[in-house]
Formats: sequence, structure tokens, C-alpha cells
Amino acid sequence: MSKIVINIDGKEVQTQEGEYILNAARANDIFIPAICYLTRCSPTLACRICLVEADGKQVYACNAKAKDGMNITTTTENIAKERRAIMEVYDVNHPLQCGVCDQSGECELQNYTLEMGVDSQSYAIKDVDRSSHDWGHIHYDPGLCIVCERCVTACKDMIGDNSLKTIPRGGDKVADEFKASMPKDAYAMWNKLSKSVIGLTNGTDVLDCTSCGECAAVCPVGALVDTHFMYKSNAWELKQIPATCGHCSAGCQISYDVKHTSIENPEDKIYRVMNEWNYVSLCGAGRYGFDYQNADVTKDEEAFNKAVEAFKKADTIKFTSTITNEEALLLQKMKEKFGYKLVNNEAKAFQRFLKDYSEVSGTKLYTSDLKAVHNSNFVVSIGSALKTDNPNARYALNNSMTVNKGAGLYFHPVKDPIIEGLGKSIMTVNHAPLQEEVALYLVLDLFGDKEKMPKEMSKYLASFHSEKTVTVTETIKEKVVEKVIEKKVNKETGEEEEVEVEKTKMVPKKVSKEVVVDDNKLLEILGADAKFMETLEKNLKKKDDFQMIVGPDLYNHPNSKNIARLVALVEKYTAFKVTMIPTLTNTLGVALICDLDDECGSYTIGYNTQGDFTLSALGDGDLDMPAMNQQEGTLTSINKRVNPTNAAIGYGGYELNDIANALGFEAKYVIEYTKELPTTVGFKTQEFDDLPNYYENDGTEVRGYVLENVAVDASDDETVEKFSDDKLEGSIIYLANPVRQFTDFTYKATELDEVSGIYMSEEYLASSDFNEGETVKVKTEYGEVSANIVCDNKIKGDIVVVPTFDSKLNSEALVNGYRFAAASIEKV
Amino acid sequence: MSLEAFNNRNVTEGDYFLCDIEDYPQDGWGKFKRVVKRTFRGELFVGLWVVMREMIRFDIHTIQYPQEKMPIGPRYRAVHQMKRLWESDTERCIGCGLCEKICISDCIRIDTRIDENSRKEVTEYTINLGRCIFCGYCAEVCPELAITHGGEYENASDQREHFLLYEDMLTPIDKMKAGKQLEFEGFGSITPHEDERVKKTPLAY
Repeated sequence: MSKIVINIDGKEVQTQEGEYILNAARANDIFIPAICYLTRCSPTLACRICLVEADGKQVYACNAKAKDGMNITTTTENIAKERRAIMEVYDVNHPLQCGVCDQSGECELQNYTLEMGVDSQSYAIKDVDRSSHDWGHIHYDPGLCIVCERCVTACKDMIGDNSLKTIPRGGDKVADEFKASMPKDAYAMWNKLSKSVIGLTNGTDVLDCTSCGECAAVCPVGALVDTHFMYKSNAWELKQIPATCGHCSAGCQISYDVKHTSIENPEDKIYRVMNEWNYVSLCGAGRYGFDYQNADVTKDEEAFNKAVEAFKKADTIKFTSTITNEEALLLQKMKEKFGYKLVNNEAKAFQRFLKDYSEVSGTKLYTSDLKAVHNSNFVVSIGSALKTDNPNARYALNNSMTVNKGAGLYFHPVKDPIIEGLGKSIMTVNHAPLQEEVALYLVLDLFGDKEKMPKEMSKYLASFHSEKTVTVTETIKEKVVEKVIEKKVNKETGEEEEVEVEKTKMVPKKVSKEVVVDDNKLLEILGADAKFMETLEKNLKKKDDFQMIVGPDLYNHPNSKNIARLVALVEKYTAFKVTMIPTLTNTLGVALICDLDDECGSYTIGYNTQGDFTLSALGDGDLDMPAMNQQEGTLTSINKRVNPTNAAIGYGGYELNDIANALGFEAKYVIEYTKELPTTVGFKTQEFDDLPNYYENDGTEVRGYVLENVAVDASDDETVEKFSDDKLEGSIIYLANPVRQFTDFTYKATELDEVSGIYMSEEYLASSDFNEGETVKVKTEYGEVSANIVCDNKIKGDIVVVPTFDSKLNSEALVNGYRFAAASIEKV
Repeated sequence: MSLEAFNNRNVTEGDYFLCDIEDYPQDGWGKFKRVVKRTFRGELFVGLWVVMREMIRFDIHTIQYPQEKMPIGPRYRAVHQMKRLWESDTERCIGCGLCEKICISDCIRIDTRIDENSRKEVTEYTINLGRCIFCGYCAEVCPELAITHGGEYENASDQREHFLLYEDMLTPIDKMKAGKQLEFEGFGSITPHEDERVKKTPLAY
């Protein structure tokens, strides 16, 4: 992409070749009105208000690409007329309920109506019945809707649920008299507007999606609103606390909107979560899982003294990765001072995986991030239930497919209708559990540079190829000459006579041919379908940016060391850049900061997990701790970024720092440790208060800082072991959460109503004799769990999913690290 | 977005400053001098003279408050009232929150919720009369002419903060039924000839 210079309203503007005019203008602080366009999504062309004049021709700024030397005028007399007419049309039959509308002044219709100076109405049309719809967590009021289709675009191009579409509105046509009297674009816009409203793709009035709420966030008017927020508060009363979502490793930018709880209760309460939806998209957990704070905690001195005693007695601190970098560093410092063992199994596995990876790759961290995935056009995902492990990774995959005309390859044992529903260009391979290595070998085989690869590797890969002869039926067109008798009038005699005429015809004919084709045994092992190579070839056309996402299934894999090395080799010998999904919120940060141990000692302090003495932000431990929305600190995200988060709600109790201070550390606030984060692994010496948290107009993320990818000594040893033939068969369980759930904190949130239990697909329930709601006992060689069956239509196939978000279920006991296990399930 | 507001953790520091006040006398002599100075300044006699003068004039206009009360002008801004709709006797307030927003002494608070008929319902509305400066902005901004000022100016209380609740302000239903609700004529009320200034919106019916 080359840099070009365009001229907007007399201002020289530098931009990229092929950038839309609107984005170029926005990046340079030039205002062009636009309603329906969403950055990162494809242009919708519904509002037509972004009309500009480029080199004397009227174009839509949201879909016209900038060319070198282009002269652009943002407003001409005609364009001003068009825009005013468009805003007048939007105001036709729009209820004057601004006083009670939940958009409460954040309304783009209101803003642009005032901006265009609309002070009278010249158009009219009969209104139709537009009663509102209750779509569960979302409420839709067609009366307020201006059908800009931003919700549809976000759902399709970003989220990938494709749950919304425009449906016929019914009612009158725009009167013909307006055709002549109205500006052209305004008329065309109105014509389309008068025919449609927003509806659901599934044809019913029940919204069945992954419930991210992004449609309500992008809605410029109050048509789509979060049900829980309806008539709760005016937007202008809310104070926005810039923060980072603490539920998964995506580290999304969010703002907690807080206000006093009620007239009687002046304590702050979070009313909703907002995001910069042009640059970041949230999942349902981020948007609706906000009230997980440890409320009404006071300083319980007795419990605190007991905690200090326990710390003096203990030899192990067990903790989860829902922890800030600062507290992780504090734990590490405690370890150095008092010799505690630090135990965090899931972070330890990731740490080990990263180490094995860097031995071959030579870098401390993986090389890519989700932003690069967004911009790529071929994405492979291995070892992750993408939609639940990191919803943002799913959005990135979907976004690359829809906007960049990309394609994807998804390797996972659990059939996932959400991933399959992303589009035609995603290929899913449901291999058997434990076969992730084979998938990596396949990637090396399909995309690797066999010349540069180590000899043994290319030889090993070649051993799976054989030639086989297959019979293919092709349809070819054959020329057939026919003799037809026609009746013709003899010109001379005037009589009709029969003449024999020769005619040639093309007739399709099926031909069987014997063709020698390459037979790839790896495909067979993985269980890819017969047309795999054919489809892949088609999908690979015009692809030049390759990204690979690897997930938590691999970190605990019995052969994780070999897998990590394979991942590094994929990066080395193919065009793929790798992004790893850290298991939990700050797994990456913990893996970098803490020196973790494997086994617990005799007396354990549990931090947000069960121990002999438990510190808990869930309110069920021996001493209360602040939850993530009550803390300030930094979190390390999948994008290798250290993001700051602020406290949204007050907390009256003790925190880890108080205990540390009682044990001889000296820090007034825990954020004093931000500048001490280890620079050897890539952190920077920066004060917490200097860390920014916002996006610039051109989409540049100015949040915290990016970790430096420190080079490490790599060994020249690139040998990898052959893949093992082990695979799990029969009745299998998988440890994963349903959509919108991650940890006990999301489970605690009132708006997230997923039930805990054993998740089975509709398919599986139909073919087995289990029924929803029945109690079953799941037993593996490691442990057993009893719970009720929950039917989940977001999974398919026979693998039973056991969630981890409810720690009372104790599902971790079912497996030995690796997320899959063979199990017997029986009714109780 | 600037993060400064979040980064200042020192809650004791605010926008407070000390003003210049002459130092108080510390010793006995200084205090004595102050007493003498205040006593013989003669200001006492100015006041006494005014009382004397008015007493011998015999045309006193003093009203015997609280037995007697002056009529109050319709535009007077005293304790707030909540009006009802003439058509249906229901509350005019739609809970838009503009009064809460515009209030410069920050004394209005509203709690709202969605009711069974999917309408916005005001669950509680308070005005802290101890803070209210009776500026009239709330009445002016109200799009429904719901909150207005009334003529009730006796709002002394034994506490600095005292609150007016929704039901205190709302026109009693019996008074409403009797047609005795008074319209407010002050800030925010409809000006004469309003109808002539309204532009009509075309309709397709």
C-alpha cells in the first residue's frame, strides 16, 4: 500500500492508496457527516449523507476510494440540499419522544438534524404499525428506527452471527410527486427506507444469537437498546470510567458508566458498559457482565489479622489469572522475599508452551496479534473453541473473511454452528481430540516451503503423500450433428416440401476419466471431507496475508512441547504469523511476571481459588478482596498490550497490597508496582498514571503500551517428534464455557443468565436417551461430576461440554490438564 | 479522554482556598481595644434613629406576619409544584431528567424505571430545598410544564437539608378534580400567540 496525497477542502491530506475518503477525512480531523458507516466494516450505503464531490463528481465518501491527487469538496450547494432533505426524511414520522428515549442526547439523528439545520418538514408518508419487539436482552422499537442498517452490518461484518436483516415494512410507497420535487439521493434513500425495517434472520421473533449486544451499541438512535438499561438513567448523568474488560484475554477497551444507585443510596453503581464500537467490539460477557463487584465490604480487622497470620504460616500461594500485573508482581516479590511457592496451573502451562515455542522461534512472545488477524485474508485456527475462548478472535476471523474477502480454516474436535455460520469460505475440520499435532503438520505440509524446511521434516511430510488413481466424472459438452427434416416453402413453386438439414448441437455428456491425484494421508487422519483440497484451492485464490490462531487446547496437550515447536516451525517455514490465545484474562501477564511452581505445599493461601485460607473477590472467602472492576492496575492482553484499567466502584475492604504492607512491603497503592514490572521480559518502566486509554480518530489504539518482544537465545535444534497416533474416541467431554461465560465472575453477573450444567448439543440429545434437565453423572479416569443437562444449540456433534465458569461444579477434576477426556455419562 | 480526574487520589485536596481575614486579637489589650472600637463607633444610634423616626410618623406599612400575608405574584418562584394533565388527571412529568441536569445547585434527583405498560415511570423525585436557590431553571426547561414554582414560600426547617418528595409537590387529586389547579405563569410557561408561531408538519392522511 503506497502513500498518496489527496486534497480535502483545500487541506492536503496524506493517506493510503485504496483508503475510503471518509476514513481519510476522519483520520485528519475533517468532518464529513455519515450515519450508516462503521469503521472496520464494509460500507452499507443506506444513509447517503456522506455525499461529497470528488474531482467534480458526486460520490459517497464511505465507499469511494481515494486516488492520488484527488480534489474533494465536502459540501457544495447541491450536497447541502441533499443532506437537509435526507435528514428531513429521517424525521418523517419519527416520534417526538426525545424526552424519554434511552438514547438521551447521544442520538445521531438529533445531532445531524440540528447540524443540517432542519427546522421544518416538507415530506410526509402514512405510518404503518410499528410496535416494539422484545428480543430478550435487546429491545427493538421500529418506531424509532431509521434503518441505517448499522446493526445489520455490525452483526454480519464484525460479529458473524448474521442474526439481523432488513425485512419488508409494508405500507405506502413514497408518493410520486416527491420524485420530481426532491433531491435525487434523498428520494432514493427514502424509497429504500420506506420499504424496510429491521427483523430477525431466523424468521421468528425470538433472537437466538451469541448475545453480544453490539447491535444496540452501534444503534445511532434509541431503536435498539439493552433491555436491562431501559429507562434506567439518562446517558448524561453517567460518569464514564475508562477501563479494560477483565473477563478474557482480549483486553477490550470499555467504559463503565456509573451513577449513584438511587436517591436513597449514593453509592456508585454501574449502569452499563460502553465501548468505542468503531474500533473495538465487545462480547456479551464484556457488555453485560459488569456487576460482579464485591459489594458492601468493610474493613474486617479480625479477618485481616488472620490473613496476615496465614501468610506467615503458608508456604504456597495459589491464584488464578484474573489478577492485575501489579498484584502478580507483588506475589512474585513475596515469593522472592518469603519463599512462597506460586501455583497457577493454567498460567504455568502457557508459560511452558511459550518457553518451548521461543526455543525454536527465538522470540519471547508470539509475533502477531488480533489486529493483524482483522487485516489478514487467510486465517487458520487450531486448538481453540474460538467463540468462547476469546470472542474477539472470532470477530477478527469473521471480519477478515467478510471485509477482506478472506477465508478461514478451523480445526477443532467440537462442531460449532457459530463458526460454520460465519460464511461459505470457512472450512471446518472436526478432528479427533489429541490430533492437534496432525493439524499443524498439515499446515506445514500445505503451506510450508519444502525447500527451506529441514530435510527430515520434508521427508516426513512427503511420506504421507501417495498417488492414487481416481475415477472422476466430468461433464463435457459434445458436438453432435443431427439430421433434421424441416418443412420449407419452395420459393420457386410456392409449395411446401420436406428438406433434410444438418444441424450441430452441443450436448452435455458425462464422461468418466481416470486421473492420478495426490493423496494426502494427513487429511484422512484428520477426517477432512473429500472435497477439502478442491475447496481449499478455491479459497486460497488471491490470498496474501496469512495468520494462525492457536488456543488453549494445545498448552495442556500431552505433547505440548512438540506442538509448541511445531507452531514455531509453522511460523518459520510458512507465511503464517501466529497469535496465541492466553487462557484467562491475564494469563500472559502472569506467565511473564511470575516464576510459577507445579505443586502446592502443606499450607496454601488461595487467591480467588480454594485454599487453606482463601482470599476471594467473590465474597465467599476468609478475607474479601476487590473484584476487577474495583481495582486499578494493568492487564496484559492477547495483543501483547499492557492495558490500564480503573476502579469503577468503591471498595471498602482490604486488598492484597495491605497484606503485603503488613508483611513488610511499602507501597501506598498497588499501582506503584506498575513501573517495576520486569523490563527483561518486555514491560516498560512507566508510571500507571502516565498510561493512556483511548483510540484516536484514525483508529490508532493509544492504550497503555505494547510489550517488547524480547529476543531470546534460540537453539538451532529444529527437530520435532512425529505425531503420536493417540486419539480420544467414544464418549468425550470437553472443558469449555458457553457463550458469555468465562469465570465465576461472569457467573455472578446478574445480566448473564446462563445456567451451569452439562452442555449437550440438540443433535446429541435427540440421538441419545438423555433429556434436558436430567441429572447425569460424568465420570472420567480422573474424577466425576454430577449436574443437570443443559441443551446448548451453539454446539453440535457428540462431544459433551462441561463448563468451568461455575467453580462449584469442580469440572477441572474431570481432566488432567488437557481439555478433552474420555468419559462415561450416565443418568443418576 | 483525559485521565487526570481518575489519577488524583488525594481526596482532601479540593478547590478550597483561604480568604484574607484580619487576624483576631490574641492578647487582652487587643481584645479590649476591639470592644471599645466597636462600642463607640456610633452605628447603634443610626439604627435607633430609624426606629424612632418611623415610630413617630404613624403611617406604618408593616404587615402583621404570620397573621397577615401579602398576596404573591403569579411569577413568584417559591417551593415547587408538580402539575397534572387537565385531560386525564395523570402526572405531567415524563421523567426526562432535564430538570435534574439543568439544576445549578444540583438539588434535584430522579429515579426512573420501565413500568408494566413499557412507559417511563418516575419512582421517586426529590428536591433538596436546603440547596435549592429557586432560580427557576427547572420550571423553564421542563418540556411538559410539569414542574413549576408555586407560591408557598414558608419552607423553614430545623435541618439544613430537607427534602421535597414527589407526592408533596403533586397537585392533590381532589384539588385537580375540583378544577383548582393553578397554571404557573412564570418562566417556561406558554407565551401568548404561541399557536401562530408553530409551523405545521405535513401529514399524509
